[in-house]
Amino acid sequence: MSAVYTLGIDVGSTASKCIILKDGSEIAAKSLIDVGAGTSGPKRAIDMVLSEAGMKREDMAFVLATGYGRNSLMGLADKQMSELSCHARGAAFLFPEVHTVIDIGGQDVKVLHIEKGAMTNFQMNDKCAAGTGRFLDVMARVLEVKVEELGDLGAKSQKKVGISSTCTVFAESEVISQLAMGTDKCDIIDGIHRSVAGRVAGLAHRIGVVPQVVMTGGVAQNAGVVNALRAELGCEIKTSPLTQYNGALGAALFAWQAATR
Amino acid sequence: MAKQVSPGVLALRKVVDDVHTEAREAKKRGELVGWSSSKFPCELAAAFDLHVMYPENQAAGIAANRYGELLCQAAEDLGYDNDICGYARISLAYADGKRAARKFDPETGEYVIDPSTGKPLKDAEGKVVIDPETGKPKKDPKTQTPYIVLDDLNEINALPDGPEKERRLAAISPIRQMQIPQPDFVLCCNNICNCMTKWYENIARMHNIPLIMIDIPYNNTVEVEDSNVKYVRAQFDKAIKQLEELTGKKFDEKKFEQACANANRTARAWLKVCDYLQYKPAPYSGFDLFNHMADVVTARAKVEAAEAFELLAKDLEETVKKGETTTPFPEKYRVMFEGIPCWPKLPALFKPLKEHGVNVTAVVYAPAFGFVYNNIDEMARAYYKAPNSVCIEQGVDWREGICRDNKVDGVLVHYNRSCKPWSGYMAEMQRRFTNDLGVPCAGFDGDQADPRNFNAAQYETRVQGLVEAMEANQQAKEA
Repeated sequence: MSAVYTLGIDVGSTASKCIILKDGSEIAAKSLIDVGAGTSGPKRAIDMVLSEAGMKREDMAFVLATGYGRNSLMGLADKQMSELSCHARGAAFLFPEVHTVIDIGGQDVKVLHIEKGAMTNFQMNDKCAAGTGRFLDVMARVLEVKVEELGDLGAKSQKKVGISSTCTVFAESEVISQLAMGTDKCDIIDGIHRSVAGRVAGLAHRIGVVPQVVMTGGVAQNAGVVNALRAELGCEIKTSPLTQYNGALGAALFAWQAATR
Repeated sequence: MAKQVSPGVLALRKVVDDVHTEAREAKKRGELVGWSSSKFPCELAAAFDLHVMYPENQAAGIAANRYGELLCQAAEDLGYDNDICGYARISLAYADGKRAARKFDPETGEYVIDPSTGKPLKDAEGKVVIDPETGKPKKDPKTQTPYIVLDDLNEINALPDGPEKERRLAAISPIRQMQIPQPDFVLCCNNICNCMTKWYENIARMHNIPLIMIDIPYNNTVEVEDSNVKYVRAQFDKAIKQLEELTGKKFDEKKFEQACANANRTARAWLKVCDYLQYKPAPYSGFDLFNHMADVVTARAKVEAAEAFELLAKDLEETVKKGETTTPFPEKYRVMFEGIPCWPKLPALFKPLKEHGVNVTAVVYAPAFGFVYNNIDEMARAYYKAPNSVCIEQGVDWREGICRDNKVDGVLVHYNRSCKPWSGYMAEMQRRFTNDLGVPCAGFDGDQADPRNFNAAQYETRVQGLVEAMEANQQAKEA
C-alpha cells in the first residue's frame, strides 16, 4: 500500500508554517516563512514545503489549514480548524503525557487543557499584546538586539529589574527609562522575560496547571521565558525543537485522521 | 424564507411601542415623564400613573441600530471616560441633547445616501446582480439608508421657527429609542449596577430634576437579612413621599396593589417562557429572550405585558408539541451565553454560532428579571437579589442551576468592557463551571454598546475552539 501524505498549514499573525506528514507519523518536509496572514507568506510556505518534499498539491491526501489566516486558504485546503485544537494535537503527538499546553504566539497566548490527546478546555488572552510574541519583538527593537538573542542575553543577568506587564506601550517606555538610567541590557531582558512569564502564569492558573506542561509557539525557543515560567508555575515545562511547527503538525495530524477515516 | 413571527411576539412588540407612544403623547400634554433604571421598583411609579422610560433598554436599542459609537463618542467629547459603561455613555449623551440624525443636503433638504449601506440587489430569479464596472454586487437602492451624523436637540430648539429647524427635527432618526422625551425626574436603583448611581446623579444635575434613589448594597451572603429588608423598606417609604411631592397626588394603595399583581403575573409568565429553553431542541434561541426583555423592563407592572407573555408561552407550548423551533439551524450544541450581547455586532456574534450549530439555551440575565413576591417585605427582598448585587456563591448557584436544567454542553462568556462588576468575577465562575459541570468555557472580549471593543476574528477563533472542545467532550463521553 502506498504512503498517505497530508499537509498541515498554520498561518499565524507573524509567520506561516507548513508540515507534510507521511502516514500520520513521520515528518516528510517542513517550511517556515517569517510573515503571516494577509501576506505572501502562506503561498511561499506552501510552495517551499512541496518543493522540499518534491511533491505537488495533488499528492496530498488531505490539506488542513489553521491559524488566524485559516479562512483565507479555503480554496486550497480541504478543511480548517482552530489553532487551539491543532496545538493540542501537535503537543500530544510530541509529548503523549501532556495535560497543559502553553502556546505563546505572535499576538495571542493560549493555555489548553488536554485529556487523552484532545483539548477539553482553554483560556486565551484578551485584546492586549502584553505577554505575547509581539511584546518581545517590540522590546528587542528598543534594546537593539535580535529577538532570537534575548534568551542568551537574559541568562547573563546579575540583578533583578522589574518591568510591568500591563501594557506593551507602557512597558516599552519603562525599558527606555531603564536604558536611560544606564541599567544593564541583560538585566532589563531578564525583567522582560519575568514580566511575560507572570502574565502567562496568571492566565494558566485560571484554567489550572496540570502536569505534564508543554510550551509551544515561537516564544518557546526563548530559554529565558521558559525558565521564568518554570519558576512562576513551579513545575517542569517541556519544549520541542519543532515548537514553531506545532500548530502545523497538529493540522497535518488532523488531516491524516480525515484522510484515513 | 422570512422568519415567522408568533402572535405572542407581535403582542410583546405592541406593548413596548404603546408605552413609548403614550410617554411621547404625555410629554406633549405637559405631563411628567421619568427615566428609570431597569430594576427600580416600577410598582411605585405605577401607583402614581407616571410615565417612565428606561435608558438601559434605550441604549441597547440605539446600539443595535448601530448608533452606539456615535453617541459613546459624543459622551466622551462631553468629558466622560471611555472606560464608563457604554449604556451610561449613550444615555448621558442623549440626556445632553445629542441625537443620531440623517444627513441632508442643505440646499434641497434631501437625505444623502450612504453608499456602503443596503442589501445586495437581486434579479427576478433571486440571483445577486453584479455591477460590471466594479465586479462587486450592486446595492438595492430601496434598502439603502442615509449617512448618520450627530445633531443636538438643544441647538435645534434654540433656532427660530422655520425650514432649518423643521428639517433638523425631522432628520433625527425615527427609531423609538431616539424619540424618547427628556426626563422630568429620575428613578435610580443601584441593584443592577454600581455605576448607575453616578449615571443618574449626572442626569439629575444636567436637567436640575429630582432623583429618587433606592440604594441596594452588595450582598455578600446568600441570604437577605431582615435588617437589609428593613433598610430597603424605609427607602420605599421615602420614595413614596418623594413621589407624592413630585406629583402632588396621594399614594394610591389600590393602584399599587394592582401594579404588584400585574408585575407578579408578568414575572410568572416570563419565567415560564424562559423555561421552554429546557426542551431539546429548544423552541427558540436565548438571544430572543434578550429582545423580550424590553417588555419585562418597560412594562412588567402592566396587565398588557402579562397577557402578551402568557400568549407567547401558549405559542411556545404549541411549538414544543410539534417539535418545532424558530432557531434557523439544527441544534447541534447547547450553550449558556453569559453576559449581555454585543448589540452593535449581533450578526457577527450570531455567524459562527449558526455555522457550528450552537444554540444559546441558557442566559442568566433574563430570568433574573422574573421576581415573584407576596407582600412588600418579599418585594424588598426580591429587589435585593439582582445579578450584580449578589455574592459569587449565589451567582454560581443560579447559573449552574440553569446550565443543568437547560442541558448545556459549554459556556460562552462575554467579557463585557462596559460591565466591570459582571465581567470581574467571570474568571472564577468559569473555573467553577468546568469543575462542577464538566463543560468547557470560552471567554471573549466585547462590549454591550461600544463596537470598538469587539473583534470578530478573535471571537470566531474562540467560538470554534469551544465547539472543538465540546466535540472532544462528547466523543470522550461516548467512548
